[in-house]
Amino acid sequence: MTHLISDGETATGRDQDGVTAVRGRRRSIGTVLARWASDGWRPLLALLFLLFIWWLITAIELAPPYLVPSPQETWRTIVENPGYLWDNTVVTAYETLAAFVLSVVFGLLAAVAMVYSRTVEKTAYPLLVLAQVVPKIALAPLFVVWLGFGLTPKILIALLIAFFPVVVSGYVGLRSIDPEMLDLASTMGAGPIQKFLRFRFPASLPHLFSGLKVAVTLAVTGAVVGEFVGSNKGLGNVILEANGNVNTALLFAALIVLSALGVVLFLLVELIERLVMPWHTTVREASVTTTS
Amino acid sequence: MQKQPPLSSAVSIDGVGVQFRTKRADVTALDNVTVDVREREFVSIVGPSGCGKSTLLKLVAGLVRPTSGSITLRGEPVTSPRSDIGFVFQKAALLEWRTVRRNITLQGEMRRMPKAEIARRTAELIEMTGLAGFEDAMPHELSGGMQQRVSLCRALLHQPPVLLMDEPFGALDALTREQMNSELHRIWQETRTTVLLVTHSVAEAVYLSERVLVMSRRPGRVLEVLPVELPDRNDYSKAMASAEFGARTARIRELLGARTAHD
Repeated sequence: MTHLISDGETATGRDQDGVTAVRGRRRSIGTVLARWASDGWRPLLALLFLLFIWWLITAIELAPPYLVPSPQETWRTIVENPGYLWDNTVVTAYETLAAFVLSVVFGLLAAVAMVYSRTVEKTAYPLLVLAQVVPKIALAPLFVVWLGFGLTPKILIALLIAFFPVVVSGYVGLRSIDPEMLDLASTMGAGPIQKFLRFRFPASLPHLFSGLKVAVTLAVTGAVVGEFVGSNKGLGNVILEANGNVNTALLFAALIVLSALGVVLFLLVELIERLVMPWHTTVREASVTTTS
Repeated sequence: MQKQPPLSSAVSIDGVGVQFRTKRADVTALDNVTVDVREREFVSIVGPSGCGKSTLLKLVAGLVRPTSGSITLRGEPVTSPRSDIGFVFQKAALLEWRTVRRNITLQGEMRRMPKAEIARRTAELIEMTGLAGFEDAMPHELSGGMQQRVSLCRALLHQPPVLLMDEPFGALDALTREQMNSELHRIWQETRTTVLLVTHSVAEAVYLSERVLVMSRRPGRVLEVLPVELPDRNDYSKAMASAEFGARTARIRELLGARTAHD
C-alpha cells in the first residue's frame, strides 16, 4: 500500500513518486467523498439485503403487521410525517451536538490537566475509571427531578456518557508523544506552549479522534435515554409515544431516522478527521472503530 | 586534510558523572568523564550498549543534568536545554503531519528566522543531501535513509556551531549506512561545524572522526581517546582499505573486547 521511496532511485523515478505523494496527502472534501463512495457500496449492498429479508418477513406474513410493519409502510410513515419527524430530529440532534461539543471541551481540558499535573493525574484518573463503572444512564431520572423537562438534563446525561472516551483518548494521545520529540523541541528553543501546540497536540490527534468517534455515537444514546426518561420532544419521545399507541410503523420510522442521525454525525467526525490528519496511517488504510 | 590551527574548545566536559535513581538502586551511568572538543572537530564516541554514550550527548545539549562535574558549550556553562546546537536522534523523529520541506523549516519557524532565509537554507540543504524531488513527500513515504537525511537537514538549518548525533544511522542497512557515512563526511567538510557523533559502529567512527573516544561498560568511563588520520577520506573505499584504518579499528576493538573480557 504505502509507497516507499528508496535511496537509490533515479531522477526520472522521482517525478512519479512526487505525484503519488501529493495524491496520498492533499485531501479535499471531494476526494474524501469519492473514497467513501468507492468504499461504501459493499455495506450498502449488505443493507439492501437486510432490507430484502425485512420485506420478505412481512410479505409472507411471518409476523403480523402490528408487530413488524413492512418497509413500504415504514417509508410511507416517514414521507407522510416529514415535519413531525424533522422537528423531533432537530431536537435530538441539537442535544447530541451540544453534549458532544461540551464533552470535547471538558474532556480535553481534563486530559491536558492530567498530562501536565501529576497531582491531578493521580487524583482524577482513578476517580474517572471509578465513575465509568457507575451506570450513568441510571442518573437520568435524577437529572429530570433536578433540572426539569427541558433540554438541559438530556444534554447533561449525553455529556456524562460522551465525556469518558474523550478524556481517555485525549489523555492517552497527549502522553503518546515520543520523549525524543520533546527533547527535539527543547533543542529548538521551544517553550511549554510551543511544545504543546506544535508537538504534543498534533501527535495526540490519532488517539483523540478514535475517542471522538466513540463519543459522538454515545452522545446520541445519551440524548435518547434522556428523552425516554422525561420529555415531550425528540426522537426518543416519538419512539415512546409510538410504542404507547402500538404504532409500530412510526416506531420503525423513528428508529430509522435516529440511526441515520447517528450515522451522519459519525461520518461528520470522520470527515473532519480525514481533513485534519490525512497523514495518519489509520486514515490511509481502512479504519475500523468499535463503539460500545 | 591539513591540520586546523589550534582553535578554542567548542565543548568542554569536565569531570562529569551521572547517576540515575531507579527503584532498586542508584545506577552510575557516567563516571568522571573529561573531554575537550575543539571547534570544527569531528569526534566520535564508541562503547558498549548502556555505557552512557547517549547520556553524554544529552548532557551537552542540556537535556540531562550531571550529578557532578560541569559542561561548557562554546564558553558558556550548560545549565538548561541549549538551542545553539543541532541534534540528530537515532529515530529520525520527524513530525509525521508535516511534509519533508516543512519538517526542515520547522527549525527556522521555532527560532523565528526570517522567512526568506529559511527558504534559502532549506533549498540549499535539500540540494546538499540529495532530497531534491521529495520536498512535498510525507515522512511515511520515505525510506529510513531518506528520513534520516531530512532529520540532518533540520538539524543543520540554523547553521549550528555544534552538531550532536546520537546513533543517527543505527537503524539503516549496511549499504545505506556506508553511503550516509561518506555523505556526512562531505557535509561536515562543507559546513565546517563541530560534530559529536555517538555510534555503535567502530568502522563508522574511524572513517568519520579526527578523534575517537572509546568508553568502558557501565559505569561509563573514558578508556582512551584515539586520534585518527586517514590518507584519503574523500574516497570511501580507499580510506576503508588503508593500513591506518585497519590499525585504528583493531585498536578500538581490542580496547572494547579486552574490557568486556575481564569485566
